[in-house]
Amino acid sequence: MDKKKPEQRWRDRWAKASLRDADFTSISGRELQPLYAQVDLAAFDPYTRLGWPGEYPFTRGVHPSMYRGKLWTMRQFSGMGTAEQTNARYKFLLARGQTGLSVAFDNPTLYGRDSDHALAVGEVGRTGVAVDSLADMERLFRDLPLEAISTSMTINAPAAWIFTMFLANAEKRNIPAAGLRGTLQNDILKEYIAQKEWIFPPEPHLRLITDLMAFCADHVPQWNTISISGYHIREAGSTAAQELAFTLADGFAYVEHAIRAGLDIDDFAPRLSFFFNSHLDFFEEVAKLRAARRIWARHMKETYKAGNPRSWMCRFHVQTAGCSLTAQQPEINVVRTALEALAGVLGGCQSLHTNSMDEALALPSEKAVEIALRTQQIIAHESGAANVIDPLGGSYYVEKLTNDLEEEAERYFERIRELGGVVKAIEMGFFQQEITRSAYQYQLALSRGRKILVGVNAFAGRGETLEIPVLEIDESVERDQLRFLAEVKGRRDNAAVRARLEDLRRAASGTENLIPRLLDASRAYATVGEISEALAGVFGEYREQPFY
Amino acid sequence: MAAAKIKVIIAKPGLDGHDRGAKVVARALVEAGMEVVYLGLQQTPESIVRAAVEEDADVIGLSILSGAHLSHFRRVRELMNASGLGERLLTGGGIIPTKDQEKLRALGVGRVFGPGDDLRDIVGYIRDWHSSHSR
Repeated sequence: MDKKKPEQRWRDRWAKASLRDADFTSISGRELQPLYAQVDLAAFDPYTRLGWPGEYPFTRGVHPSMYRGKLWTMRQFSGMGTAEQTNARYKFLLARGQTGLSVAFDNPTLYGRDSDHALAVGEVGRTGVAVDSLADMERLFRDLPLEAISTSMTINAPAAWIFTMFLANAEKRNIPAAGLRGTLQNDILKEYIAQKEWIFPPEPHLRLITDLMAFCADHVPQWNTISISGYHIREAGSTAAQELAFTLADGFAYVEHAIRAGLDIDDFAPRLSFFFNSHLDFFEEVAKLRAARRIWARHMKETYKAGNPRSWMCRFHVQTAGCSLTAQQPEINVVRTALEALAGVLGGCQSLHTNSMDEALALPSEKAVEIALRTQQIIAHESGAANVIDPLGGSYYVEKLTNDLEEEAERYFERIRELGGVVKAIEMGFFQQEITRSAYQYQLALSRGRKILVGVNAFAGRGETLEIPVLEIDESVERDQLRFLAEVKGRRDNAAVRARLEDLRRAASGTENLIPRLLDASRAYATVGEISEALAGVFGEYREQPFY
Repeated sequence: MAAAKIKVIIAKPGLDGHDRGAKVVARALVEAGMEVVYLGLQQTPESIVRAAVEEDADVIGLSILSGAHLSHFRRVRELMNASGLGERLLTGGGIIPTKDQEKLRALGVGRVFGPGDDLRDIVGYIRDWHSSHSR
């Protein structure tokens, strides 16, 4: 019998079929075929393009046993109010089965400012925890077993000195640095591109990142020195392909900077980690995560000539998409988050954060964050999704999307090269304009009803809303934090602080590794803002040209 | 004679890098025929109102996702009133709980928009306000 006959019959019938009046593109606006089939993978060699789990090019996963060996780490990003309040939230989460810590800092801390800075008014402890000095680190991690669990810290511009405060706290508790495990986000390039929390121009920030990579290779070998992040790029409105391409391009830029500084690639590359978004378009997200592993492995091995297989592995954290959550009917956000989390798992993540249903309204309440954690636990222990490695591997659709996303990323890499590299492209506003255009197109599609958000621009009941209780940060938090900061400044040895800051300034003017100086200043209870200002005196500050 | 364009200042006060909404709204207002001055990030209430005076703006729109909306809106409204902009519209958007939206109204802030609101509603709201407050 002719194998082609049914195919032709289907194609004829498809051509005549009447279709729903709906948009069939992906959430990124990608044109999609109605069916993917043999023809889409005709030239595809699964042996070289997929390999095997734990084997180059790692398309199917970075570990040979994946989730049968070890489940992903369930790590809820959290922080609010004072260090004491956040410490209590960590204990709450650990008691309910969370397996790692993840610190959310407030905006002043993220910008390297103290709580008493003029721009910090109204923002202390609002969207994360306020950390001004080692004294806050001590309160934040009090009674938590830092030698036994891993800690992730989402901090970028002042990452190096937040990390030295973390190290100084461990030192005071006699926990050896070599035993500390965790991740520092420390990804400044995506700050210029998307999240917009910087202090200095790119070059001094890159120096600090390379200094930290070199320091950790010697002293904190189990620490992930950077988490190269697409999450914020996607939240700012990029497409899946832009998130993939811009993130990996940032990764290549860090590698090139460290190599230029004289580091051996296999000394630092095994500690590079990544952080991706998982948005609502399920298959496109799975394909994006698989493509990320294959692209990274190929470039690390072939372009940068890394020899250690660990240098080739794109290990990543996934967070569900905050920007997909709606303020309308917040309870249905649980469903959105569950789908996104499942895509992260089927994409082979190493750790996962599930957003809480109330995050379009406020920081998560205890109830909301517990449901979010339970969502992961159901995927891990009830759904069966963790039983089989890369279960979507071999799907015509997913493999074709993985290939297409890889090609699109390569085209972006070429474009960035033509512009003179990532830093040049940032200064020209290239990434920012690409993202802003995608964000606007998506918003127009929503406004025109071509893209649907259930309960928002479709099926919205008149006047009926599901209200849920939301967490409030009391205005007393700011007062308490300001009082505590004043006390710390009052009881520390201020002459020693001035001397350490002067040492730091001198070192910054030269070329030595700055991490030991930052550690000394942190031990003396120099504040985050004092260190920022000391360094800004040498490095200068960065201003973005506003555009839209 | 063509009607004067509605002039809108859009700004991000304080330490808040979430500029997606501000930029999308700025584009939508321009496409709707308004004149937009986008001040960008890390603005203070003082710098925003100073710009509004210099530009003789009809509307100030603040984008705040940092939780600091009460203090920023309050301060900008006070400075507007003290600078002869008492009759101009102060509006905005971000992650702002329903309860706080009522507090903001009491401070003299217009509608504030949030996730899921339609761009056409924002455009319509500013146009309606302008036609009932022409000077």
